[in-house]
Amino acid sequence: MRIDLFFKSILFLFAASACAYGAESGGMPQLDPEFWISQIFWLTISFGFLFVFLSKFVLPRISENLENRKSQILENIEMAENHREESEAKIKEYEKIIEDSRLKAKGIINDAKIKIKSEINLKKDALENEINSEIVLAEKEIEDLKKRSPDKIQKIAIDTSKDLLKQLIGADINQSSISAIVEDLSKKGRDKYYGV
Amino acid sequence: MAANPMYQFNVYRIGPEIKIGDVDLSFTNASLFMVVSSILIFVIFKIGSKKNSLVPNKIQLLAELSYTFVSKMISDTAGIKAKPYFSFIFSLFMFVLFCNMLGMIPYSFTVTSHIIVTFVLAAFIFIGVTIIGFIKHGFGYLKLFVPSGVPMVLLPLIVIIEIISYLSRPISLSVRLFANMMAGHTMMKVFGGFVVSLGVVGGWLPLSFSVALTGLEILVAFLQAYVFAILTCIYLNDALNLHH
Repeated sequence: MRIDLFFKSILFLFAASACAYGAESGGMPQLDPEFWISQIFWLTISFGFLFVFLSKFVLPRISENLENRKSQILENIEMAENHREESEAKIKEYEKIIEDSRLKAKGIINDAKIKIKSEINLKKDALENEINSEIVLAEKEIEDLKKRSPDKIQKIAIDTSKDLLKQLIGADINQSSISAIVEDLSKKGRDKYYGV
Repeated sequence: MAANPMYQFNVYRIGPEIKIGDVDLSFTNASLFMVVSSILIFVIFKIGSKKNSLVPNKIQLLAELSYTFVSKMISDTAGIKAKPYFSFIFSLFMFVLFCNMLGMIPYSFTVTSHIIVTFVLAAFIFIGVTIIGFIKHGFGYLKLFVPSGVPMVLLPLIVIIEIISYLSRPISLSVRLFANMMAGHTMMKVFGGFVVSLGVVGGWLPLSFSVALTGLEILVAFLQAYVFAILTCIYLNDALNLHH
């Protein structure tokens, strides 16, 4: 800016001197006071009216427009903020509902599990009892069988040996002697097999 | 068309001679351009402030940007207290800017290239600012001439320098604008004259200079209006917030 001004002043001097040389009108028209009063007068009028009109009719309107825009923008931002908050609250509500239902489902599942477990346990117990009583019965039967079988076997052995002897030697042998022998043998065998 | 580069600054009467007593108040070409500038500013800003649309159109945007530009300039330099003077500074800036810019149109007249016009504006600002200063601070406004932290020995000298610098404000303010406008326009005229005198053969160099100078002068026209307005704000700041 300074350099620019410097060059300009040099050129200005050059131009001024040039026209001072060749000027018939006499140098700078700016220094001719002929129209000074007229210029001051018209400057006052035009600038005065401009100032009055601008400050009365134009600038308040522009300021108002700017204010309106500002407040409108602020309002819109506020509204957007409200909407956002609302939606956030909705999201929270929704999440709460989901969480609640999840908890509820968990409770239902747990209840069902417990119920099923208890039922299973009940049935298991009943079954075990039944099985136990069956086992007891079976053991008793086995015990009975065990007790009864030597006699039966003895009897069968006596009968068979009697029949065998009859077939072999063709004579009736005394029942009591056969049974004594069988008893003797079976006693030995019983010792051997049953450990009684 | 005279070859004299100062011819463009001639003021001549348009229409009848108006005389009140001995005083010549005739409508001249200078008056014409002042009135045209004022009307142009008023019309542009009137249209720009007419509609109140949320999304501004081009002319409304122009008006609003100018408004915020000047408003920011004032609040940056003179603070919040200068708010009542906004209209004046806005009108001043726009008036000087439009006079400068209209002067850039070929064959037009540059109002601000006349020292009497710029001096009247500067003198008005100077007197106004001084009155505002005395109204706001009473005789305390004279403290403006006594900077704080200066040794007693130097004080008389400093006060004299301060007073001279204060009194030379209207002169520097008016001469800055006037000299810039006149020098620029004279230079352009000189180069234009070179183009004519050197003809088709040698005229291209000054012609290209003229083109470049036109750009520069448009910049200067804006810048000088801005400087004029911002110096007004600074003077106003001195008068409103006395902290020298």
